[in-house]
Parts: sequence; C-alpha cells; structure tokens
Amino acid sequence: MEVVSPIREKLITGNKSYHDVTVDICRHVEDKPTKEWKIAFGISLLVLAYGSFWLGKTWWDGLGVWGLNKTVGWAWDITNFVWWVGIGHAGTLISAILLLFRQKWRTSINRAAEAMTIFAVLCAASFILMHMGRPWLAYWALPLPNTFGSLWVNFNSPLVWDVFAISTYFSVSCLFWFIGMVPDLATIRDRATGVRKSIYGALSLGWTGGARSWERYEDVSLILAGLSTPLVLSVHTIVSFDFATSVIPGWHTTIFPPYFVAGAIFSGFAMVQNLMLFTRVVFKLQDYITIEHIGLMNKIILVTGSIVGVAYITEFFIAAYSGVQYERYAFFNRATGPLWWSYAMMMSCNVLSPQVFWFKKLRENIVVSFVIAVIVNIGMWFERFVIIVTSLHRDYLPSSWAYFTPRMGDIGDYIFSFGFFFTLFFLFTKFLPVINMAEIKAVMRSSSEMKEEPEKVTA
Amino acid sequence: MENTKKRYWKGIEELKNDINVVKNADREFNIDNMEGGEPTHRRDFLKVLGFGMAAVTLASCDVGAPVRKTIPYLNKPLDVEPGIANYYASTFVDGSDVCSVLVKTREGRPVKIEGNKLSGITGGGTSARAQASVLSLYDNEKLKTPVKGEKAIDWKSLDKEIKAALAKSKNVAIVSNTIASPTSKAAIAEFTTKYAGKHIVYDASSMSAIREANATSFGAAVIPGYRFDKAEVIVGINCDFLGTWVSPVEFSKQWAKTRRLSSAKDGKRSMSRHYQFETGMTITGAAADYRSSVKPSQEGLLLANLYNMVASKMGGTPVPASKVEVAYLDKCAKDLVAAKGKAIVVSATNNVAIQTLVNAINGLLGSVGNTIDFSTPYMVGQGSDSEMSRFITDLNGGVYDAVIFMSNPIYEHPEYAKIAQGIKKAKLSISLSDRVNETATLCQYTAATSHYLENWGDAEVKKGYFSLMQPTITNIYDTRQAEASLLTWADISGGDYQQYLKNNWNSSILNGGKSWVQSLHDGIFEAGSTSEGANNALAFTGNVASAVASINSIKSGGIELHTFENITIGSGSQANNPWLQETPDPISKVTWENTAAVSQKTANDLEIAQGDIIKISVQGSEIELPVMVQPGQANDTISVALGYGRTAAGKAGNVGVNVYPMISTVNGNLSYWKTGVKVEKTNSGYTLAQTQTHETVMGRQAVVQESILSEYVKNVKAGRFEPKIATSEGPVRPYSISLWNGHDKKNHSWGMVIDLNTCTGCSNCLVSCQSENNVSVVGKKEVARAREMHWIRLDRYYSSDADITDTWSVGGLSEMEKASESPEVVIQPMMCQHCSNAPCETVCPVLATTHSSEGLNQMTYNRCVGTRYCANNCPYKVRRFNWWKYFENDDFDFHMNNELGRMVLNPDVTVRSRGVIEKCSMCVQRIQLGKLEAKKERRRPVDGEIETACSQSCPTGAITFGDMLDPESRVSKMLEVEREGRAFHVLEEINVQPQLNYLTKIRNKDKADAKWQFVHTDEDNAGAHKDEEPKAHS
Repeated sequence: MEVVSPIREKLITGNKSYHDVTVDICRHVEDKPTKEWKIAFGISLLVLAYGSFWLGKTWWDGLGVWGLNKTVGWAWDITNFVWWVGIGHAGTLISAILLLFRQKWRTSINRAAEAMTIFAVLCAASFILMHMGRPWLAYWALPLPNTFGSLWVNFNSPLVWDVFAISTYFSVSCLFWFIGMVPDLATIRDRATGVRKSIYGALSLGWTGGARSWERYEDVSLILAGLSTPLVLSVHTIVSFDFATSVIPGWHTTIFPPYFVAGAIFSGFAMVQNLMLFTRVVFKLQDYITIEHIGLMNKIILVTGSIVGVAYITEFFIAAYSGVQYERYAFFNRATGPLWWSYAMMMSCNVLSPQVFWFKKLRENIVVSFVIAVIVNIGMWFERFVIIVTSLHRDYLPSSWAYFTPRMGDIGDYIFSFGFFFTLFFLFTKFLPVINMAEIKAVMRSSSEMKEEPEKVTA
Repeated sequence: MENTKKRYWKGIEELKNDINVVKNADREFNIDNMEGGEPTHRRDFLKVLGFGMAAVTLASCDVGAPVRKTIPYLNKPLDVEPGIANYYASTFVDGSDVCSVLVKTREGRPVKIEGNKLSGITGGGTSARAQASVLSLYDNEKLKTPVKGEKAIDWKSLDKEIKAALAKSKNVAIVSNTIASPTSKAAIAEFTTKYAGKHIVYDASSMSAIREANATSFGAAVIPGYRFDKAEVIVGINCDFLGTWVSPVEFSKQWAKTRRLSSAKDGKRSMSRHYQFETGMTITGAAADYRSSVKPSQEGLLLANLYNMVASKMGGTPVPASKVEVAYLDKCAKDLVAAKGKAIVVSATNNVAIQTLVNAINGLLGSVGNTIDFSTPYMVGQGSDSEMSRFITDLNGGVYDAVIFMSNPIYEHPEYAKIAQGIKKAKLSISLSDRVNETATLCQYTAATSHYLENWGDAEVKKGYFSLMQPTITNIYDTRQAEASLLTWADISGGDYQQYLKNNWNSSILNGGKSWVQSLHDGIFEAGSTSEGANNALAFTGNVASAVASINSIKSGGIELHTFENITIGSGSQANNPWLQETPDPISKVTWENTAAVSQKTANDLEIAQGDIIKISVQGSEIELPVMVQPGQANDTISVALGYGRTAAGKAGNVGVNVYPMISTVNGNLSYWKTGVKVEKTNSGYTLAQTQTHETVMGRQAVVQESILSEYVKNVKAGRFEPKIATSEGPVRPYSISLWNGHDKKNHSWGMVIDLNTCTGCSNCLVSCQSENNVSVVGKKEVARAREMHWIRLDRYYSSDADITDTWSVGGLSEMEKASESPEVVIQPMMCQHCSNAPCETVCPVLATTHSSEGLNQMTYNRCVGTRYCANNCPYKVRRFNWWKYFENDDFDFHMNNELGRMVLNPDVTVRSRGVIEKCSMCVQRIQLGKLEAKKERRRPVDGEIETACSQSCPTGAITFGDMLDPESRVSKMLEVEREGRAFHVLEEINVQPQLNYLTKIRNKDKADAKWQFVHTDEDNAGAHKDEEPKAHS
C-alpha cells in the first residue's frame, strides 16, 4: 500500500514576520487593558469576592457549612481538589512530554498551559487547606523539626505523599514556567520604559540573548522537562493513592493510578482548550493558535476520554469478577443507586461526548470544541464526585448509609476557586506574554520558505 | 565594730522582756496544757492521734450531719479530694422507671450515674432515662426560687401565705403520680390527716385496670411480681416489658437470664421462647422470637382466642368468641400449654376485660405462684383512673378549697381542660414542680422543688425492696424538695424531711435488719416481702364469660390510633433533657420528635409516604404529625408516642406533638387507643431526624450473624459466616495472612464481647457513654444532616423478604433494601472496634490516631488537624467529626452553652474542639484510673474492677469488658468457649482484627418460621467457599 505522508500544515499562519510576532504578543502587555479584559477581570473579581465570603465563613464557623456528614467525610472539597489537580496536569504534559517528543505545535500553547497549571494547583492547594477541620495547623502535615515531642508525620499516610507530590509538582512547574519566560520577559524589557523596564528587567534576570545564554536556556529546558516528566505520572498517581490504599469498596482499586492520570490529562487538555479558545479571540491570536492546534488538542481529548471510558468499564468488570460482595454492591450502587444521576453525568460527559471528535469537521469547529471541552470538565468533576461520594455514602455497614446533599458552603467555596483561578489567569494574560515568543519564532518558517523581503530582525 | 545584725522579736512581749515570755521562750506553744489537766506528754502523742482519728472518722460517718452551706476549699472538706471521685448511693424514679444508682461526684458535683450492683431489682443495670437524669440536675430552665403568680417569692412568705390559706381550707387535694416512696407517702398521709385532705393518684400510663382485674381475679388489687426469669414461654401482648412497662430494667435482666447461651461443652443450650403480639414495633417485639402485629381492637379477641385454645387443650371450658387470624397464635397456645407452670402472659392494656382474660390464661397455665408472684407486688402504677375522674368532677364542683399538684396533669391527663377549669374554682392552688410547667402556669404558687440528686428520699419499687436517695450536692437554686414543703406546711418534724425519713426508716422499715448508715451506704435495703412464699398460688376467680362479652362489644374498623410511651421520653417528665431527646428511638431511629408510625401497606392505602405531614383527627380533636413508615406496624393503625408536645418544658423539651388529649376513658379506665381515625395529608417534603435511614443489612453476613436454637444445639457455630481467602496453599482464614507486623500487647489487651442475644436496644449504653465522655448534643437539624456525635450506636436491621443471594441483579438488590412487612429485628451495638490493623491509623497524616500497647485505638485530639480521612476509611463508620464548635455556641443552645449545664461534664475527658475527630476510646480514662489504683496497691487490675460506661450499667449484661490477656477475665473465659462457637468479628474478611467480639444472635424459632436466610449453616459453609474467588484485601 502506498502511503503518502501529508504535508505538515504551517504552525503559524498569517505570514508573520519575527517582528510581527513580537508586536502581536507584546501588544496586550504594553497597551492599556482592553474593554473585554476589563469586563472579564471585573467578573472574576466579583466571583472571587463572593467566594471569599464563603471561604471566610467556612474558616470562621467550621466545616458544618458544608453538606458533609458522619458517613460522607469528603465530597465537594476533595472532588474539587482532585479536579483542579487534574486540570493542572496539562501544563506539564505540554511543556515537558511534548517538548521531549519535539512536538513543535506545543509552542503556541505551552505558556498559557503552564500558567494554568500553576493556578490550578494553587486552587487545589486551597482545598487541601479548606478541607481541614483546623486549617491553622496545616503545617503539621509537613515534616518540620518541632518541639512537640518531637512529632513526625505519618509516612504511611497517602495524604503526606500528596503533600510531597503536590509541592514538588508546584515548584517544578513554577520553575519551568519562569525559566521559559525569561527570554520573553527580556523582550518586553527591551521595549519598555520607566518603572516597567525596571520590573521586567529584574524578572528577566539579566538576559542578554547571547548564544551562550540560548544554549544554556535550551539545556535547562531539557533538564527540567526530563525532571518533570515523571511528575506528570506521579502527581495524579499519588492523588489516586488517597483512594486506592483505603479499604472502602470503590476506592480500593489498583486501576486508579493510570486511570487517574489519563483522566487528569483529559480534563487538563479540556481546560487548556477552553482557555486558549478564549484567549485567541480576546487577544486576536488566531494566527498563533490555529485550527490545527485545536484539532490536535481534540485528538488528545478523544484518546484520553476513551481511556477513561475503558477504565470505567474495567472497574465494573473487576467488581463483578472479584466475588467481593461489597465491591460488587459499590458499583451497582454507583450506576443504579440514589446518586445514579451523577454516574450518568460522568459517563455521558466523559465517554460519549468526546466521541464527536472522530469527525474532522467537528474536531475543527471552534464552537463544538469549546462546548465539548466545557462538558468534559463537568464530566470530570462528576467522575471525582462519583468516586468519592458514591463509594462513601454506602460502604460496609448499611446502618450508616447516608445521602449527601451539598449546602451553600460547598457551592460558595467552589465558586471561590473559580474566582481565584480566573483572577490569576487574567492578571497573567495582562502582564505576561501569553505565548512563548522565542519558541514561536523558532518554529515559524524554515529559511527555504522565506519571502523576498529580508526578515526584520527586531526583538 | 558595732554589731549591725538586725534583731527580730516574736512579739512586743519579748522586746519588753515580759517575765512569762522569757520563762517559756523555748516552748513551742505558750499554753499551760491542752486538756486543762496534765500537760501533753511526748508519749501521749499516739494516744491523742488515735483519738483524733477516731473522732474525725466518727464525725464523718454521721452522714446525718447535714451540709447546709457550701464550704470554701480554704477548709477542704474531708472526703472531697480534687481529682478523686466519690460515689453516693441514690435512687432514680420516673414513673415505672426506678433504678438504684450510684452517683459519681467530682469536686462535689454529680457527673455520672452508675448502676448499683447491690440492688436485687436492677442488679446494677440502669435505664437510659436514669443515665440522663444527671443532666436534668443542671437544667438552667428550672425554677430558681418559688414563685407566686409570675413573681419570685421567698420561702418564708410563701410558707406563711400557704399555711394561712390552708388553715382556712376545708378540703385539700394532693394530686400526684404514683409515689413509690413509703416515707413520702407517710408524709402525705400526715399532711392529709392534718388538713382533712385527700391524696389522688393517677398515672400518665395508667395500670389501674390491672389492679382492678387482679382484685376480682385473685382478690388482690395489686400489680404482682413478675418473674420472667422463671418462664420458658413468655407472651407479651401490647406490653413493652423490656422497655417501659412496670419494672423494665428488672425485666430486662430477668429476660436476658433466659436468653443467655454458652457454647461450652456442658454450656446452657436452652432458652425461653418469647412471643410478642403488638401494634407498634417496640424493643420487646424486636427481641421476641415470634412477633405478630395486631390491631388494638383485636387484642381482646386475640386473648379470647388464646384462652379458648389453651382451655381446650387443658380441659377448660371455651367461651364464645369470634375467631381472629393472627400469625403464630396456635403455636403460641401450644407452647404455653407445654410449658405449664413455666409460662407467663402479660398485657399492658388498661382494660379490665383484657386483664381478666390475661389472668384467666395465667390461671389455667399455673403461672400464678410460679412466674407471677402476688407476695411481692410492685408499688408502681398505683394510680386509679376512677379516683382521678371523681376528683376532676369534685374539683369542678368546688369541693376542694385547696389543691396541691405534685405532677403535671394539665399536660399528661386527657381531661386537662376540665382540670384547668377546676383549678380556678379552688381558693388555693399550688404546684410542686421544678419548673413552671403546664399545670404550674395555672396555679397560684409554684413551690420550686429540687432535683432528686439534691434530695433525701426513698423508693419501694417492689414490696420489701427499698432503696434510698440522698443529696449529692447542695441545692443549686433556692429550691426545696416537695416533701419538705408539705412537712413545713403541716408543721411536721419542723419541715426537716431528712430527719423524718431517718425516723421513718428506723421505726418502720429497717426493723433492726440493717443500720441506717449501712443502708444509706448501700443505697438499698431488701428485706423482701414478709409474706413471700405464702399466699402464692392464688386461684383464678374472675368471670371469663363477662370479660369476653365485654371484649365482643369492642368496636373495630377504620384506622386505629394507638399511643404508647417510648423508651427515651416516657411520659414526658424529663422532656427537657437534650440527651434523651437526641437518643434515637431504638426501633424507628427518630430523634427529637414523635411520629405517626404506619405500615407500608397502610401508607399505600392512605396515599401517604415518609416525609409527609398528616392530620389525624378523631372525635373532634386533631393533631398533625410527620409520617414514619414502620415495618412491623399493624396494618390500619397509627402509633404515636406520648411524652412529646410539651409547651412548658423548656428549650429542648417543647418538641413534637402532644397526644395525651387523644386518650379517652372507656369503662372507667383510660384507653390508649381509638378507632375511626381520619387521616389527611397536609404537607410533604419533611425530613425526620433519623440516625439510621437504611432498614436492612443487605444480606451482609459478615455484619450480622444469627441462627436459630435448633441449629445452635446441633452446632455451636450455627449461623457463623467464616470467609476464607484463597492462597497458593488453598483457602485460609483472613487472619492467617497479613501485610502488617501487628502490635505488641505485652501487658493488657482490652477487649469486649457483645452478646447480640441479650441486647434489647434499651439505649442505656448510649446515654451512659454520652454522659461519661462529654459527647455533644447537636440538635434536630444536625441529626437530620446525619451528624449526630454518639460514640456508640445501636444498629437496627430488619429482615428482608428478598433472596439475599441475588446480588447480581439491580432488582434483587433494590428488593433487598425493603424490610419485610413483619420483620425479624437485630439490634447491634456498634462503636469503635479498636482494630489491631486499624485502617484509620495508617491514613492519618499527622499521627493523631495511633495504637496503644494495650490494644486500644487511640485518638489524640490535640494532634488532629481534621482531614477526616480516618472517618472515611473506617469500615464501621464510628468516627465522629466536630463540624462545629458545640460548646459556648448559641447555635447549639444545649447544656454546653451555659455555665450550669457544663457542670455535668466529666473532668476526666476533654471537650473536643471544632474541627477534630472523636470516637469511642473504650473509656480509656477509666482503664487508666483502674490501672493506677492497682499499681498503688502493687497488684494487677482485677477483672470487673475496670468497667466501661456502656458495660457498667447494661441491664442485661450484654456488653462485657475486660483484659483478653488475663486468663481469668470474663472476656477471656467467654472467648475461650465461644471462639469456636458464637464469637465473631464484624467484617472479618477485611482483616482489621477488632478487639470487639460479637456473639451470634440465636432465636428460639422453628426453621420453617425463621425469616433470616440461612445461607451459611455449617453444611452450606463447606460447599459455599470451595469455589470462592480469591479476594484481594490488604
């Protein structure tokens, strides 16, 4: 059979020159905020303010403001935590794994994806603090030298593993993001005047753009990519241990690590998709984030969505095959019990909805992509809700079976995390380059495709 | 150089060189001699010391010396050591609920009620209400002073005014519930003699028909002594004798004695057979082997039929009565006849005809003289319905100039409206109560009474069985006990009831049998009845035919309303006790209110469902109640608990709906049921505050294991579920393989054995634990959110008609969720199992929950950061989280929100802060205390010396606590016998290795009748596991 490799589409459209790129990306950093940005940022602030009220109430009054009970000890709190951590996965995947695989299309989106990762992890961390009965003692979960006796942490506890996993992930992500931004910050510095010049100057760490700097920059990027690649797998694996190492039917499952990682990438890509579709319109970056990008992202969403679908079905098979009465009941209850609707939401949003991406036309349709990405994130939220709540609410002793009904505190604190996330994201889009200019320039066109007029080399 | 050394003088006298001072300068005490005679010699030291000791001891022995003032700790009271508890014997009395108790006081304040093991009645058992009574002492809604109208008045003026008014009164009535106290009765008698008064006694749950029937049947108008322990066949007909009837704590003990089994080689393998025919589901019905539901209107006919069956088998003459179809009635008759002389039939229904039939049956069976003992009658339930109704008429007729209420008839008597009118006609009306209750609001004076823990008193629950009451704390408020008020007003004994009591005991009770001091120390004096043994086998002389005729005239039809006292609130006198309000009904699991219990079928017929509010109207009166669908409830009946719907009880007590007005008088006696009830749905979407919402055990045999007696006799392991785990060496018991190294238990291994066969669900353990461990009250809303804090709960499972092996289909599983229409019930006390492989311990990030070297799973509140991971990972779901701050918080306005209420807190146990997890500690503070006591005496703790709160006062001894490493402990001995018998661990297959063992529930039931499905009788066991798939469980 004859195979004709398709000609690779151009990654950046619109016949941009290097200077165009610089201008396009720096524009929103240098200009006065646009009306659209002001509106979006204003809404985020309002949401943050409302959420903060509930956050304050939760901390002041106690966790009674949530809907939890003696049987269901975790619900929205840990659902939100896992959900945000999952979303945070796309950043490292795009910046590290795709870098190692030399997937050049990643350059348009990696900056924003990394930023999203960091903000999502911050949101997740806020739920770690929030879900504690006595959050002011959260530092006890760190293995700090102390005068309490001296009391150490419990290294058997998956929650301690979480602390390590998430803090490592957060620091590496921050580092990766910042190092990657240094050349671009230098570009902005070079174009700026006054106070802004000093600030961006300080942030760009004396970047000169010399060949030696570039070489080191490339090396550091590779090393960091190498370091963070295992993190992509480890963070959600460890988060899944919170459940997998327990004795609760529906939690005690060896399939969780791969299943959680796939799910995390799934939801992370969906979130990146949403944010990118939004950013490319607001900042008129259609030439950098092209339909090609959107299509590729959708392919990953389709693949990971199908992986989690297989995982869901495998869980059922194992439950039936195990011969364990409790395990079997946990899954029957998941699909047909009082919380069946959440299971139905999960299945339809996560497994069925991405299947539309088998069709190229739909895969490259912006509206469809946006809607499906939103649906996927809703579905992934429900996945965590299903795992946590439907497993807990009916476990071993039927005497303790209970139902979970959220209260305003649950909703308010979730809203807080949205406010927090979008406020940070909009600040990022305003004050930092949302696309990696330096790397974009490297993937634009090969010299053979150069136009007649010589390139204007301005940084 | 000049001597600059300062000089000090003992006093100015020394400076002045007073001759006496100089002479005595080297003597320590400048006194000639102490006794006025010879100077004290060094050699007299021991003599003086000895005398001093003896004098002090004697002085302290004289408990008669009243402590009239609070002594500041500047002069420490002799027997109050900070940190060391003192115990005083006393007696709790609430209607039928009479318990001899020990009151634990700390630094002079009562903090805990314990059972008095010396009592021959209760044997150390208590009731939930007795346990909770200590909290009522610290109720800050009680009266702080006596009141006149609505204004406070001082005792002096009150006494003066009342005495003056009484002097002018011609007829004085004292109205009370049954008074079980002989001295109190004597005081009232003296009072009524002085003022030409009359003492009218009535009871909220009247037993007057029993005494009336006994008068005609046996010539003794008494409530006889019942001996369930002597019975082989027990038949209860609408009679909650394990929960609320006559002497429930004693009956529970007696009943349990007939239910205890032993798997030892020559152990006891027989038990009584218990039939229960009842309308609503009670704990007695739940504990019965055979239970059938019966409408109240059918009860008489049922008895008539039973009488006929028994009579025809025993050669008696049957009487004409229409047949009723009640399950197991034939079988019951057959068993009764077979157990002649060792059978007992009881009914609580306040109807003379019904009680006559009960007597007739007992007469035929020869129960009288064997299981029913007329020589030791009960002194409870002495109220007379006819006297009360005469009083009400007289009161309205203006016969009484003065009326004194020692009870609360405006709330608890159906004729409350007439009484209210009558009170206005009396010139003087006084209420003797601890608060301005429903009756007191209508009276001119309320002479504030003290709590029983502040009082002197006594009780004679059963003839010849006396129990004493002594103050354990000075009056908290300016109150006075009722008897002292009566004595004061009648100028008897100077109003000194303590002296009066002592005199009465010395003159007419002790009769030289025991010293007063000894009796007070023991709390009891049990001479027994003088006529015990004699006059025993009374012959039945009643008229069965007329009784049956009267029964045949009982109308049935339509929906019937049935009222009853439940085990927590009872008549409602302790309604303002948040512990009791939050104690779930052992069957319905509802807290903080009463409900309209209906069967599923009736609910369908009436088109109502749980969560609806219905209006129940009958003969002009109507009430609105939430619907509770109750498996086992008789069809076409609605059961509603009395004791709720108070209007003047207080913040906690004014909940639910009052159904006393629905009671009517039938043939001169109060009738607690009504026919022809109309039901109308008025609202829906209501959530009952239930602590358990799921009904069945879903076929989970690792949770509840039970069998029937015939199987057990064949094989002591009957009903046991023994899961095996597949390994390369074949299937093995879960405990033989483990990832864990285990914990060393070098010195002690504290454990428990809980006998499902004798647990009745009386909830005494729950309240006892709440009291011991400062468990917070969270209120109705929070219970509805499933956030109650109880450390021990009583899991209640109904049997299901579904096939429990059908775990493969959705239909099968949802079928399994439905309880049988007439279910068997298992009640399983559930608390922290103190797992040796505790799932909670591995997941805590901060090591707040750890394992002790004595087998305890410990919770360090200080270290807890509140992730709740431990609670999630607990397979038994026994961990409780402090969602809020439950003390000093106006949102939780219970006892922990006021200073007085907080006095009930046990100083040995931390009050948990917001945001931490708590759970059963196996009363580690008691273990520690017991160990220290033993250590001081250089010995090991002796079994029984350390008891947990739940085990100490369990009326049936269903909970046994002890050291499993001590081969002599009861726990070890039991396990030695039962480990290969009835003992099992809940959820054995997950290999958490609990320290708590349960003994299988064995019912004395025929195999054909058993509703529980015997999937794992032993023969099945062998086959069932052969092809079992490997189970992956760490």
